[in-house]
Amino acid sequence: MSAPAEEARDALRVFIADDEAPARARLKEVLADIRGEVAVSVAGEAANGLEVIERLPASGAEVLLLDIQMPGMGGIELARHLGGLENAPAIVFVTAHDRHAVEAFELNALDYLMKPVRAERLAAALKKARRAGPVPRARLAQAAKAAQAPAREFFSVTERHRIQLVPVADVVYLKAELKYVTLRTPAGEHLIEEPLVEIEREFADRFVRVHRNCLVARAAIRGFERVAGGAEEEPHWSVVLEGVAERLPVSRRQWPAVKGVLPESKP
Amino acid sequence: MLSIRQNPHSNALPDFRNFGVVARALVGVNLLGLAAALAQEPDGGRALDAFVHSTVLIEPPLITSLALLYAAAPLLRRMPYWPACLLVVALAMALAAATQAAVSAIADVSLARVLIFAAAGAALVLAYLTLHLRAYSPALAEARLQALQARIRPHFLFNSLNAVLALVRSDPRRAERTLEDLADLFRALMSDNRKLVRLADEISLIERYAAIEQLRLGDRLRMSWDLDQAPVDALLPPLILQPLLENAVYHGVEPATGIGDVLVRIGHSGDRVRIHIENPWHAAGGAGTASVRAGNHMALDNIRERLMLFFDAEAALQTRVDGARYCVDIEIPYRTGPA
Repeated sequence: MSAPAEEARDALRVFIADDEAPARARLKEVLADIRGEVAVSVAGEAANGLEVIERLPASGAEVLLLDIQMPGMGGIELARHLGGLENAPAIVFVTAHDRHAVEAFELNALDYLMKPVRAERLAAALKKARRAGPVPRARLAQAAKAAQAPAREFFSVTERHRIQLVPVADVVYLKAELKYVTLRTPAGEHLIEEPLVEIEREFADRFVRVHRNCLVARAAIRGFERVAGGAEEEPHWSVVLEGVAERLPVSRRQWPAVKGVLPESKP
Repeated sequence: MLSIRQNPHSNALPDFRNFGVVARALVGVNLLGLAAALAQEPDGGRALDAFVHSTVLIEPPLITSLALLYAAAPLLRRMPYWPACLLVVALAMALAAATQAAVSAIADVSLARVLIFAAAGAALVLAYLTLHLRAYSPALAEARLQALQARIRPHFLFNSLNAVLALVRSDPRRAERTLEDLADLFRALMSDNRKLVRLADEISLIERYAAIEQLRLGDRLRMSWDLDQAPVDALLPPLILQPLLENAVYHGVEPATGIGDVLVRIGHSGDRVRIHIENPWHAAGGAGTASVRAGNHMALDNIRERLMLFFDAEAALQTRVDGARYCVDIEIPYRTGPA
């Protein structure tokens, strides 16, 4: 056993996220029980996903014990947003019973614990997490897909030590430009680093492709306008959107699919 | 109640005190009368005339025999199937003969025809009701298993055990009480649920269930009980209330980060028991409702089916969204007796 001062310095900083207070209390008890084996300190705790987004980045947590079923934002979506942090924690999922999720983790070899959590399993998971470090975003996205997790509720814009969430429901259109995708909401613009193709696949019900580089929220479409051609461009249709002033061109290739979004309209 | 204690594979008489059975018998015999009139008079208008005339002969014995069968239901229940059937047919024939004698002045129909019609009508309706009962019997045998499956949400079991573990060191007495509550709950879940139970027992069961949920969810679950008017001696199928409360917590309280109010109100008006459970309603797709659970109608369908098996048309289950509240209302006949 190391001396207390040394132990505190080397202690693994663990963040606990669970919506049930007794479950958090139980994890703290078990963490105390395994102190002899793995030196840990509790860096913080939260009762739902949004609280984690707020508190975790500043906590310096190295490992996150993350409940999957939480109100506000579930553990699987939360993990995907955290993946962009500069010092993203290693994540150990904790679940009471969630068959799809467990299968997904086995597929992706992420670690997970079943509630009630045993001391030996927790110690082993923490050691493994410390060695392995954070899980890459792409694998978290893959696990979410395998777990048949519902589409995300938020896009996340990650600064170095802060995560800003943009509700998917607020997004009017997404436009791919070079490396980034611009999210346009009535209030402003945000840049995210995600392939447009994957966003299109995840939110097939919500967004429709109007152009090679552009997805538009189906619910925001108000109508279409015919744009007469000029010297530079051919005549084409453009889409009129709720909440933003600009019109977006619809490519000839996408037009047949797009015009069906507004069945009652006669463009 | 006969319809639930029977061996599902043997023949059994229908429960003549059940509204659905009585209604089916009334409609069935009158349809037979109409069919007979149509067979006699191929012309539509005259057939209708003939049918209206024949009601003088049909309705009095029909209504009288249903009334007598209602009264004699406990006696018939104890009789073997075939003698009881014969008794029902004989009763119908005797009453039809008496009616024929009484109304012979205004309706001139031979006694033989009246007797044949009465015997055929009674036998056909009995056969139909027995078939109807049998059609639902496999469901009855399976209901127990189904009920069990619909009831236990593994998520609830493991989270509850986890919550108890968290108490063992800090509050051993509360841990003991919670394990006792869990034991009672699971005993009820695993018991034979084909017998009617007293409302008082069901209420104590959901109070235990609520105590466990309260431990897990703390301040997030705010329970209100309005049970002063509850007819505690009323009989109802077991495990109707608990899954409804579980749904209320699972769909109404757990997906929200704030406080969720759940109301249980049980009362009665006249001979109807009224059960009302309401919880917050979270429309799918709103911001901050990431984990709105996909609507799981398994439990509701299961309850509806069992209410139908036990009470037929006399029970009603309705759900509605009232603003931000989701409400379930159940009405069943107020019956008492040995559980």
